[in-house]
Formats: sequence, C-alpha cells, structure tokens
Amino acid sequence: MNQPELAQKTLVEIVSRFKKPSALSKGLFTFFALVILWAAYAFITQLMKGQIVTGMRDYVVWGIYDVNFIFFIGISYAGAMISGILHLLHAEWRKPIIRIAEMITVISVIIGPVFILVEMGRLDRIFNIFMHGRIQSPILWDVVAITTYLSCSILFLYLALIKDYALLRDNTELKMPKLQRYFYRKLGATYAGLPEQKKLLERALTIMSAIIIPLAVLVHSVLAWIFGMTIRPGWHSTIFAPYFVIAAVFSGTAVLIIAMWVFRKFYNLEEYITEMHFKYIGTILLVLAALYGYFTFSEYLTVWYGSQSWELEVIYKLFNLSYYGVWFYIAAFGGVLIPMILVGFPFLRSINTITIGSVIAVVCMWIKRYLIIIPTLETPLLPLQDARPEYAHYSASWVEWSLTAGGMATFCLFFMIFMKFMPIIPVADISEAPEHKDFISEKL
Amino acid sequence: MAKKNKKDSTRRNFLKQGFTIAAGSLLGGGLIAACTKEQGPVATGEKVKVLTADGKLMEVDRGHAMCCNVPSSADVRKGIPGRHFVMVVDLTRCRNARACVKACSKMHFLAPGQEWIKVFLMQDSEDTTPYWMPKPCFHCDTPACVNVCPVGASFKRDDGLVLVDNERCIGCKFCMAACPYSSRVFNWKAPDNQVDAKYSPMTGVPQKVGTVGKCDFCPDSFLTGILPDCVTACPNGVYFFGDKNEDVVTNGVESFRFSDLVKDKAAYRYMEELGTQPNVYYLPPVDRRFPVEEGFESVPDSSKAAYQVKRAHLKKYKI
Repeated sequence: MNQPELAQKTLVEIVSRFKKPSALSKGLFTFFALVILWAAYAFITQLMKGQIVTGMRDYVVWGIYDVNFIFFIGISYAGAMISGILHLLHAEWRKPIIRIAEMITVISVIIGPVFILVEMGRLDRIFNIFMHGRIQSPILWDVVAITTYLSCSILFLYLALIKDYALLRDNTELKMPKLQRYFYRKLGATYAGLPEQKKLLERALTIMSAIIIPLAVLVHSVLAWIFGMTIRPGWHSTIFAPYFVIAAVFSGTAVLIIAMWVFRKFYNLEEYITEMHFKYIGTILLVLAALYGYFTFSEYLTVWYGSQSWELEVIYKLFNLSYYGVWFYIAAFGGVLIPMILVGFPFLRSINTITIGSVIAVVCMWIKRYLIIIPTLETPLLPLQDARPEYAHYSASWVEWSLTAGGMATFCLFFMIFMKFMPIIPVADISEAPEHKDFISEKL
Repeated sequence: MAKKNKKDSTRRNFLKQGFTIAAGSLLGGGLIAACTKEQGPVATGEKVKVLTADGKLMEVDRGHAMCCNVPSSADVRKGIPGRHFVMVVDLTRCRNARACVKACSKMHFLAPGQEWIKVFLMQDSEDTTPYWMPKPCFHCDTPACVNVCPVGASFKRDDGLVLVDNERCIGCKFCMAACPYSSRVFNWKAPDNQVDAKYSPMTGVPQKVGTVGKCDFCPDSFLTGILPDCVTACPNGVYFFGDKNEDVVTNGVESFRFSDLVKDKAAYRYMEELGTQPNVYYLPPVDRRFPVEEGFESVPDSSKAAYQVKRAHLKKYKI
C-alpha cells in the first residue's frame, strides 16, 4: 500500500470514530450549552445592574475574572511551547498530540480575553482603546500581544492542518454534507503532496514555531507586568514575568495531559496516544513543576526575609492559616510536589497517575493565581478604614462563578465543535515516514 | 448655617449654568485668541504687578496680563497655564470632624459611603501616638494611575492636577490597582440623585456607572475664585490650598507663604520613598489641638470597628 492510500485509510478510520456522537457526548454537549446559557444570563444581569452584582469592590477591584484570564492564557501554552519547541527539536513522537495541543492554544486564547471584557466597567466604550490608546499602559501591550498571539496560533494550527484538509478533500469514502466538503476543498487548497509543496509547508511551520515561542513568552510576560508594574506588595517583583511564563507552561502542559487522557479514553485512540506520550510529556511536566516550585520559593523567601512591613502584611495573610494559609499551602506545595512525586517515582508512574497529577496541578494553578491577585488587593498601603466594612474582603458572587463555569464549558464545547471539523490526530503526519532521525525516541 | 446654604446655592447655580459659563469662556478665549493672532494683546497703558514662576515681582501692562489665566473648555486637559496647585494639610488641627468628607460627597453627588477624601486614624508604630490624617488625592507629579490608564481617561495637567474623564473611562480599574494610596472609587452601580449638568472632568459631576472617580481639587471652583469645598468646610482650618508658583497657600482665614510654611513646620509628603511626587504636604502632628478620642464622636457606630483593626502582621511580629 502506498503512502496516500495508507493515509486515506487512517483518515477514514479516525474520522469515523468522531462521526457518530455517543449518548455521553450528546449529553455533555447539552450540559455545556446549558451552562453557557446560564453564564449568559449572569452576564446580562451584570450588564443591567452594573458590577455591583459581582464581589469586586473599591479595594479588590479585580476578582476571579482576572484569575480566569491568566488561567486561560496560561493553558494556551500547551500548543505554543510543547508543539512549538518539539517541532523545532524534530521530535517525531510529538506528531499524534500536536493537534490537541494546538487546539488547546487557539481555544483558550479565544476564551481568556473574554474575561477581561466582562471585567471592564464600560464594555460599550471598548473602542476607546483604539481611539485613545496609550502605549504607556501595560493593557495596550496586552492587547497588541494577545491579538498577535491569537492570529499566529490560528495560522500555526491551520498550517499544520493543510495536509489533513487535502486528504479530506480527496476523500471519497466518507459521507459528509456538501457545505463541509466545500470548506475542505477551500481549506485544503491545492496541496497535493508535491516535494516543493512539502518543503514549503515544512519551512512555514518551522518559521511559525520559531515565531510563536518568543511570542508566547512575551504574552505572559506582559500579563505579569500588568501586576509587576504597579508598586504593590506581592506584585512589584522583578521575577514576575519569568515566574508567570513558567507557571503558564506548567499549567498548559498539565491541561494537555488531561486532554490526551480524555481523547484516548473516550475515542479509543490507544494506538496513537500511547503510554510513551504520557511519560514523555509527564517528564516535561516534572521539570516544569520543579522550575515553578523554585520560582515560588525564591519569590516568597526573598520577600519574607526582607520583611518590608507592607510586603510582610501580604506574606502574613498568605502564610497564616486563619487567612489564606490553607489554600496557599495546598497550591504552593500540593500543586508542585504531588505531580512531581507521581511522575518522578517509576513505580507510581502510569497513564492514570500522571493524569491525576496534572489535574491537581491545574486546580492548584488556578488557586495560586487567585492568591496572587486577591490578597494583594486586600492589603492597601493606608489602613483599611472604610465606612463600608464589607468592602474590605472579597468573595466571588454567583455571577462571577457562573461566568467562570461558562468559560470552562465554552472551552469543552469548542473542543467538541472543533474536533468535528479537524481530525484530532494529524493523519497525514503520522502516515508519513519520519524525515528526520529522531534521537530522543530511538534512545528511550 | 445660612452662610453654608448660600455657598451651596452658589455651587448649584454654577453647575446649572456650567454650560453657559463654559460656552462663554470659550467665546472669550476665542476672542482673545483672535486678538492675539491679528494684532497681539492691546496695551492699555495701565501697569499691574505680577509674580513670575521663579518668584520675581514684575510690572506688566494690564492688557498683557489678561492674556493668560483665561480658562476655556479646551483647556480641560491642559490646565491653567503657569499654575502649580498644592495643598498643605495641617495634622495638628485635625480632629476627624468629617465636615470635609461630607461637603465633598455632597458637592460631587457621591454614592452613600463613597468618599473622595478619607480621614485615617494613623499610628505609625506601637509606641508612637495616634493622630487623624485626612487624605485627598495627592495629585502626584509622577502619577502611577495616569501611567497605566490605557485610554487617557486619567490625565495629568500642566497645573499639577490629575483628573478623570468619566466619559472616556472604560472601567478597567487598572488605575485603582496602581494607586498606592487607594484614592480612587468606582461606581459599581448606576448612581442615584445625580444633578442634570453637562459633564466636565473639572466638575466630575454627574457620576457615571462603571467609571472611576476621585478627588479633583475642585478646579471648577477656583476658576471662579472659590476655594475647594473641603478647605472651606473644615471648621479647624486643616487644609491650605494654593499655588506653588505664586508661593501662597490659604485655608480661607489664614494665608502663608508656601515655601516658608513647609520649611518652618518641617512638612513632609506621605511615603516619599514611593517616588510618586505628591502635591499634598503634611505638617507633622506635633502639639495637636485635639485629643485623638474626640475624633470618634463623628464616626457612626457601624464603622467604629474598622479603627480597631490593626495591621495583620503587627500583632505577631511586633514591628
């Protein structure tokens, strides 16, 4: 069997797995849609009544909307770093999982900024950013960085998809609506696997992955600088940008492992996504967890040892069990050590334990971002002697939790929609004979 | 009381006629600009004494002197030329009467509980004495809030004022997070009982939902020769307002040469080390006129608890 025939066979085999939605996926789809509808209702309530319906007040001006923003931009690193770096390293084993990684990137970069929009008091004046934009403001840096990042991520995803779309275009076995076929014809363009086409596409992908890595680093650095540029305890730190970047790659990698597990389990992709993938990505997770733990340790040790009174007040709230202590210890120790232990010891290491470690890491990263934003805002420089004592403390309202749930549901729903139109396993890539010698997978 | 009412009605009048005055001054400004363009200011022959920015007393023709100091609506973002507004707060005189807070909230139609001026009970360390510290916006010369504003809704004027344009504000609240002095408040819901006046960043009225507000030093008042409301409302003359270039500050009753006052009374700016260069100076709370306990009289019972809370870590680390 020659290569195109093999590819077509694999394509039919994979696409038909996603063709018939199971009862479970239908149920989940309905559930996610309902959650999103509920979130829309919450958002309309906020628009009508103002942000008084949120838990945000004059001191804690940013709440879990910002936490979600950082969280989603963070997990977008799955595609950018994993797929980008592994592409540059020519790691052959990456091929079955790059599509999942790149889809995580695009979807989360679409959802993340939405949380900044709902956090704004005057969404109706959003165009002021373009009409009166001031480049001194880190928010403008963010707007520029994220829009560039999103466009590049979409381009990267599409470039990697061209070969598969060409296969779908040429396919005669699969039944699909006319419109879908029309789009495949347009998206697959004229790609026919000619040597010069292959070479060009390969070069484009290499250039894109070289662009997307610094871009991703920049996006999260800029995000960190929104906090780092203010003179507030817990935020005004020189290591904030690299700290955020490491945190982002860490959480992105963990989300990638979870997504791999879900697809492997529910769509029986065992022969494509193997234990080897979990072990390799798990090892990357382990290294990142160690790096992240090191940054956390360095950040808080420096501040605690220096003991400036304003800084110390935030530290005290984080370390003390009657304030945020419990959450801090869970996030800072549990979120780092448990994944490390689960991946680090060979007798514990398995597909399921690596996934459990990733789930813990993702949840703890969300908590950690909460602990970065809220305690600092609850600690103003001047004493908190407000005529409204309820303004002193933040707790998210039902509106904020609803929108958070809506964001998570949108993430899953987008995945379900995306995988209808994009083969979740890069069929063309895996049917190709490896072009480069892959030292890493040979050795291991 | 009668005096206060009269003052209030003047203020309300001003707001109602805000548009007329703004239009009038625009017209006036336009006329003068037209004059300047064609034939320059008309000399009247009559001499007046003026103080230059570097403190020299000079004599110029009245026709020339008229040229600056004509406020027009176009100047909202630039400010009044040649001015540098400062405030001196005398901590020896404050007893938390809260008249400034009330007057300010009334004038700016603030929501209940919202305060543009806050009065803090301060105690720098356990062994030092407590004192009351009123805090308006510091109108910093290197304002963190202005730097971070993505749309220029917060802006710094040449006359030193930091103002907010709540018709441009997108409500991102970055300025609130950036201001180390918590000087800014947010309109979390649509404010009630707003006056029907044309909005200007100079008046800050009416308030708008989803936007930021803060102390503006009442530039609309001093354009018409009236001191900011907190200054006139204070029964103890705590606030001195004035112009650093003119080197004069006044609380409406007493006037001082600004440079002498800050020198003689060893004035300081709050948290100089933050580098924000505030335009509000404090006279240290030495020989206070009132015992600090008196200040609690004007505090409603519901918010008394706030003063009991010490900084969290102080209890443990005894700093």
